[in-house]
Amino acid sequence: MLSGLTTWIDERFPLTALWKSQVSEYYAPKNMNFWYYFGSLALVVLVIQILSGLFLTMNYKPSSADAFGSVEYIMRDVEWGWLIRYIHSTGASAFFIVVYLHMFRALLYGSYQKPRELLWIFGMLIYLALMAEAFFGYLLPWGNMSYWGAQVIVSLFGAVPVVGDSLTEWIRGDFYISDVTLNRFFALHVVAIPFALVFLVIAHLMALHEVGSNNPDGVEIKKVKGPDGIPLDGIAFHPYYTVKDMVGLGVFLILFALVIFFAPTLGGYFLENANFDPANSLQTPPHIAPVWYFTPFYAILRAVPSKPLGAALMGIAVVLFVFLPWLDRGKVKSIRYRGPLFKFFLYSFAISFLALGYLGLQPPTPAYTLAARVFTVVYFAFFLLMPWYSSIDKTKPVPTRVTYHAH
Amino acid sequence: MRIDRHKKRILAFIAALAALPAVGLAAGGEAHVEKANNDIHNQASLQRGAKNFVNYCLACHSARYVRYNRVAADIGLTEQQMVENLLWSGESPHSTMTNGLLADDGKQWFGVAPPDLSLIARSKGTDYVYTFLKSFYADPAKGTGVNNLSLPGTAMPHVLWELQGTQEAVWEGHTDAQGNVQKHFKEFTLASPGKLTPEEYDAFVRDTVNFLEYIGEPVQARRQALGYWVIAFLVFFTLLAYALKKEYWKDVK
Amino acid sequence: MTEVVDAGRRHFLTVATVAAGAVGAAFVAVPFLASWKPSARAKAMGAPVEVDISKLEPGAMLKVEWRGKAVYIVHRTPQMLAQLEGIVGELRDPESAESDQPEFAKGAARALKPEYLVLVGVCTHLGCAPLDKFSPGDVTVSADWQGGFFCPCHGSKFDISGRVYKNVPAPTNLPVPPYQFVTDTRILIGAEKGNA
Repeated sequence: MLSGLTTWIDERFPLTALWKSQVSEYYAPKNMNFWYYFGSLALVVLVIQILSGLFLTMNYKPSSADAFGSVEYIMRDVEWGWLIRYIHSTGASAFFIVVYLHMFRALLYGSYQKPRELLWIFGMLIYLALMAEAFFGYLLPWGNMSYWGAQVIVSLFGAVPVVGDSLTEWIRGDFYISDVTLNRFFALHVVAIPFALVFLVIAHLMALHEVGSNNPDGVEIKKVKGPDGIPLDGIAFHPYYTVKDMVGLGVFLILFALVIFFAPTLGGYFLENANFDPANSLQTPPHIAPVWYFTPFYAILRAVPSKPLGAALMGIAVVLFVFLPWLDRGKVKSIRYRGPLFKFFLYSFAISFLALGYLGLQPPTPAYTLAARVFTVVYFAFFLLMPWYSSIDKTKPVPTRVTYHAH
Repeated sequence: MRIDRHKKRILAFIAALAALPAVGLAAGGEAHVEKANNDIHNQASLQRGAKNFVNYCLACHSARYVRYNRVAADIGLTEQQMVENLLWSGESPHSTMTNGLLADDGKQWFGVAPPDLSLIARSKGTDYVYTFLKSFYADPAKGTGVNNLSLPGTAMPHVLWELQGTQEAVWEGHTDAQGNVQKHFKEFTLASPGKLTPEEYDAFVRDTVNFLEYIGEPVQARRQALGYWVIAFLVFFTLLAYALKKEYWKDVK
Repeated sequence: MTEVVDAGRRHFLTVATVAAGAVGAAFVAVPFLASWKPSARAKAMGAPVEVDISKLEPGAMLKVEWRGKAVYIVHRTPQMLAQLEGIVGELRDPESAESDQPEFAKGAARALKPEYLVLVGVCTHLGCAPLDKFSPGDVTVSADWQGGFFCPCHGSKFDISGRVYKNVPAPTNLPVPPYQFVTDTRILIGAEKGNA
C-alpha cells in the first residue's frame, strides 16, 4: 500500500531520489564532533520562529496606537499566547547563539576554505538577513527600548555622506520613528526577510550537499573512496546523523524550555526591562543598549570617537567575515593542524568578540571605552593580518584519513 | 570523553568572561534600594495586595490590561468575594482595571498623567517599587508637601501617609575640595506615627508590591509549574534519543 | 563488523523515540491550536446582555445584539399563542426536541414565559436573518401564511415559536439562547439561572 503510493509519487516527483541523494545516501564524515550540532539546530530554530511568528501575527496589530496593547493582549487574554510569545522572543536570542557557535565552528575547522567559499557566503548572507530580521522585529512590541533602539540604529544611516539625512527620513517614512515606520518594519519582518531567509537556507544546504561537509580534521573525505564509490570515512546522514542530531535537539530544547518557563526575560538580556514601558518619543530609557547579539558591533561603534568612522567600522566589522576565504592563506583547514600564530589570533578574536559584547551592554565609562578600543583593534587584526600570519604559520602535517576512535 | 587542548582553552575563556561582570558591579555606585522579598505564590498576600491596590492605587492609576475575573480566579477569590472586595459599583467582572480618572485630568492635577501600573513591576522591578513606596519624606518646598528619595521631585502625593505616618529624611553633609557642601542621605526618622507600625507598613507595602508583580505577568506561577513537566518530558526524550544514537553508532568503526 | 547488531533493541529504541517525538509534537500543537479559541477579551465582550422589555408592546419585536448575532424578543399576544397548537401537523419538530436551545425551551411555546419569545435570529439553513412576518395571510410569503418568521434567502418558514415547517431547506427550529428574567421587565441574554 505505502510502497504503491511511493511508486505513484516517484513517477511524478523525484521523492525517493531526493530522499536518497540528500539524506539516506548523503555521506558525511564520521568524525563530526560537538560543534556540528549547530547547523541542524539553526534549522530547527528557523522553523520554531516561523511557526511561533505566524501565530503571533494572528493577534498582533502593527500600529503605534495598538501594538504595545496587542502584545499584552497576547500575553494575558489569548489562550497560551504567553507561551507563543516567549517561544518567539527566546527563539530570537537562541537563533543568534546557535548561529554564532555555528560560525565559530567554521573558523575552527576552516570550513570557509576552498571549495566551500560559496557555502560560506550564503551562510554570511543568512547572518546578515538574520540581523535585519532581528532589528525589524525588535521594533514591533513598541516598547520604549524598541523605540529608542530603532531610533539609534536608523540614525546610523545619517552617517552616510551627503545623502545621510534624506536616507534616514526615507527609512522611517516620517520625521521620527512613527506608525509609518512600525508598519513597514512589520511588513519586512513577517514577509520579505523570512522569504529571503528560507531561500538562502535552501541555497546554503544545496551548496553544502554539492561540496560535502567539512570535518574537525579538515580532510576531504571524497578523496578516499571505497570500491562502491562511497567515501571510506563517510557515513550515511540518515540514520547516523539524524539520530545524533536528535540528541543535540533534546539538549537544546531542555535549555530552551528552561529559559521559556523559568527565566523568559533572562535577567533583562532576552527581554529588556525598559521594553515593558510603552514607546515614549519624549523620554529615552536611562540606559540604552541593543539586545545582546548586536552589542559586539555596538561596542565597536562607540569605541570610535567619530560618527561616520564608527558607523563605517561597525559595518566593516560585519562584512569582513565574507572575505575570510580569501584572507586565509593557510595550507591547512583545521585548527588541529594550524600553527601557534593562527591559534593565538583566533582565540584572541574570540575573546575580543565576547568582551566587546559585554562592553556594548555597559555604560560607556572611560575605562570601558579604552578596553573597547583595545578589543576593536584585536578584532580587526584577526582579519586584516590573516594573509600574513596564516601564510607564515608553522602547520602540522595533515593525515589523509580522518581521526576517529569508536566509542 | 577526551578533553583536548582547545576545549581546555575554551573553558579558560569562559572563566575569564565570567569574571567580567563582577568588575562592572564594583565600578557602579549603588542607589538606596531595599529588597521587597515578596512571594507571588502566597495567595493570602496577593488577596491583601489586591484590596490595597483597589483602595489606594486605582483611584488615580489604572491597570488597563488586567481583568477582574482573571485576578479573582488566580488569587483564589470566589466571584462573590471579588464583587464585594474589588469591584466598584456597576463594573462588569469581565472588565479591566481602568478607573474614572481621565488622562487629561490627571495631567492637570499632577502635572503628569499617573502611569498605568499593569507592568510597573516588570519595567522597574519589585524592589524599586517597594523602596519607592517607603521613601516618601516631608519636604515643605514641594506642593504635595512630600518628596521621594527614589524618584526625587515626583508629582505623586504620599497616598499612604495616614498608614505610614510622616517620615523625615536625615542628611549628612561634607564639604568637597571645591568648598561645596555635598548632601548624602543617612536615614529616615518617623516624625509622627501613622495607623500602622513600621513593621505593619512594610508588610502592607510588600503585599501591594506582590500584587503588582502578579499583575505584571499573571501567568507566572502557572508557567513555572508547567515548566517542570516540560523539562521532565524533554529529559526523557533526550535519554531515549541518546540510547538510540549509541545503538546506531555501534556500526561506526 | 565485529559485534552483532541487536535488531530487536534497535527497532524498539527507534519506535520509542519516534513515539516520544510524536507525543511531544502533539503537546506542542495543543497551545497553538488552543490560541484560536475565543480570548478573554472575546469572552468579556460576549458576556450576557441585559435588556429592558417594559416598553415592548404586545405583538411587537425587539432586536438586540449578543455575541455578534441578532437576538429577537417578541411580546406574543394571546392570539399568537393560540395558533401554536393548530399547525402541529405542518411542522417538522413541533415539540422542539432536536433544537439548539436550553432545556426549558422544549414544547410548543419554547419560552420561560409564553408571552415572551426569545430567539437567535440566525436561520438554521445557511445563517441568514429571518424576517418577522407576524400577520397571517401576508402576501409577501404566501396566501395561506399563518404568521411567523420567513427567511428571504432560501424561503425557509418558521412559526411564531421559531419552529420550522416541513418541506423547507432549514433542518431544525431557530435556536433559543440561554436567558433568564432578572426582574419581570428585564431579561439577561446569554446566561441561564444557576449557571451564570
